[in-house]
Amino acid sequence: MAEILVLADHTGGDVKKVTCELITMARRFGEPSVVWAGAGAEEGQERCAEFGAARIYAAGDAALDDIVVAPTAELLAQLVRDKAPALVLIAGTAEGKEIAARLAIKTDSGLLTDAVDLTLDQDGSPVAEQSIFGGSTVVHSRVKRGTPIVAMRPHAVAPEPAPGAAELSPVSLAGEVDGARITGRVLAERGERPDLTEASIVVSGGRGTGGAEGFGVIEQLADALGAAVGASRAVTDAGWYPHQFQVGQTGKTVSPQLYMAIGISGAIQHRAGMQTSKTIVAVNKDGEAPIFELADFGVVGDLFKVVPQLIEEIGKRK
Amino acid sequence: MNIVVCVKQVPDTAAERKLKPSDSTVDRASVDGLINELDEYAIEEGLQIAEAQRAAGNEAEVTIMTMGPEKAADSIRKALSMGADKAVHLLDDGLVGSDALSTSYALAQVLSGTGFDLVICGSESTDARMGVLAAMLAERLNVPQLSLASKVDIDGPVIRVRRVSEDGYYEVEASLPAVISVVEKINEPRYPSFKGIMAAKKKPVQTLTLADAGVDPAAVGLAGAGTEVVDFAQRPPRQAGVIVKDEGDGGVKAAEFLAAQKFI
Repeated sequence: MAEILVLADHTGGDVKKVTCELITMARRFGEPSVVWAGAGAEEGQERCAEFGAARIYAAGDAALDDIVVAPTAELLAQLVRDKAPALVLIAGTAEGKEIAARLAIKTDSGLLTDAVDLTLDQDGSPVAEQSIFGGSTVVHSRVKRGTPIVAMRPHAVAPEPAPGAAELSPVSLAGEVDGARITGRVLAERGERPDLTEASIVVSGGRGTGGAEGFGVIEQLADALGAAVGASRAVTDAGWYPHQFQVGQTGKTVSPQLYMAIGISGAIQHRAGMQTSKTIVAVNKDGEAPIFELADFGVVGDLFKVVPQLIEEIGKRK
Repeated sequence: MNIVVCVKQVPDTAAERKLKPSDSTVDRASVDGLINELDEYAIEEGLQIAEAQRAAGNEAEVTIMTMGPEKAADSIRKALSMGADKAVHLLDDGLVGSDALSTSYALAQVLSGTGFDLVICGSESTDARMGVLAAMLAERLNVPQLSLASKVDIDGPVIRVRRVSEDGYYEVEASLPAVISVVEKINEPRYPSFKGIMAAKKKPVQTLTLADAGVDPAAVGLAGAGTEVVDFAQRPPRQAGVIVKDEGDGGVKAAEFLAAQKFI
């Protein structure tokens, strides 16, 4: 069976959900081998096994944790040369795409980013579905040179458990890799809420919240649903909520099971970042707001009346 | 300090953007082209770094580099009117259909000609949205990659940036020359002044063909791309949803919808 390389997205030994999605996806094409760059492979082993990884190529070289992107790309290039995989899957995060980019050059291979699905064509080569121009156009593309390298959007596929051995196979970088050195790491405070790009429910607030104080109701609704908080550009530009939570053309792209747009008009800028969400619910006082064109369910009304009532209802139903 | 800022002209994000049925490339003719919004932050950062260098008594020059059709000259002009010193425009019909791999190759060839201490990119383009150019240029030019910067400090030969990550940020350090990309929160791009617009008309713009830049024509364009489009289609409009007016029970109705969809 063809070997498929999956680059693990992890924080220390903590395996991110997108990694489980990628292993699940890899099973469509062959036998998944996880590539683990940096410390923590032993702690991550069980989770990789749960989703069907046959083995884990674990490299603990310090450079993989200390130098930006370049060593991880080099490690993957080494494994592509040694194992001749049929496909390499990488998480379509900002950093994942950069790793994929450098790997594509090192191996002179075609690169597809932001894939929302991956299937086999008649010749047995992978075809990626991409959603472009703010979700208005659906494109199918394939790689025509080298080893197909695909950066998949989080949520492209639901993780499905399947037994795997996830046997640890130690590897290491063949040579020294230089680059920009990480001298410090600062974690943003986001409390107990799930990660914006990983969350299955996202609650976003817009200009309609009226200010940082009004934005509190968005956080309350998010917490009632166990959701991540997002914000429109108007909100982050005005400083009502931190920049890293911006959803849109110039912010994060999310594709959760449920997206709730509260007090957001739905300008193209915002739609580009959330249009591929599975279910969309909107609350806005302007019935003409373009967000209602996308909404599966919408309430035209004052968010400060509708949302507290919704939170109360959620509490009653728990 | 020789600073080169990469600029791309893109179709206006507010217009209806399409691919061309003939060759599946972006239809750049039917909509207005303008400077990629995220590149304006790169230009501003380049100008601010150059100003700081000059204030410290060092020479500094900002060059705008673009690859694109003839009308990309409008974007070059705008960048020059913001205050950049000169520009280089890689312009050749052979480039049509180039993917990220071949674009990075062509631009790296141009950079090998111009030389550089610092290359600055925007975090991504609003049309392709791949976000890979800075990483690809660093790989091709074999210099450090300090991408996704929300803050840049230059201290002699050392460059330090704050790199935004999924869960916070990293402090990252390297020696020049280097390639960086900047995110939109890094600065507030200036508007061109009237004086700047007038001055831009006299600033030098060098136009290069593939041959001038030493680019192998077989490695760029549709034929040189590592990927191909199989097919594409307009996404069918989402099915019209249920929109209710709040009559004092809007929150209850929303909860009923969420419950029916098994979200609560």
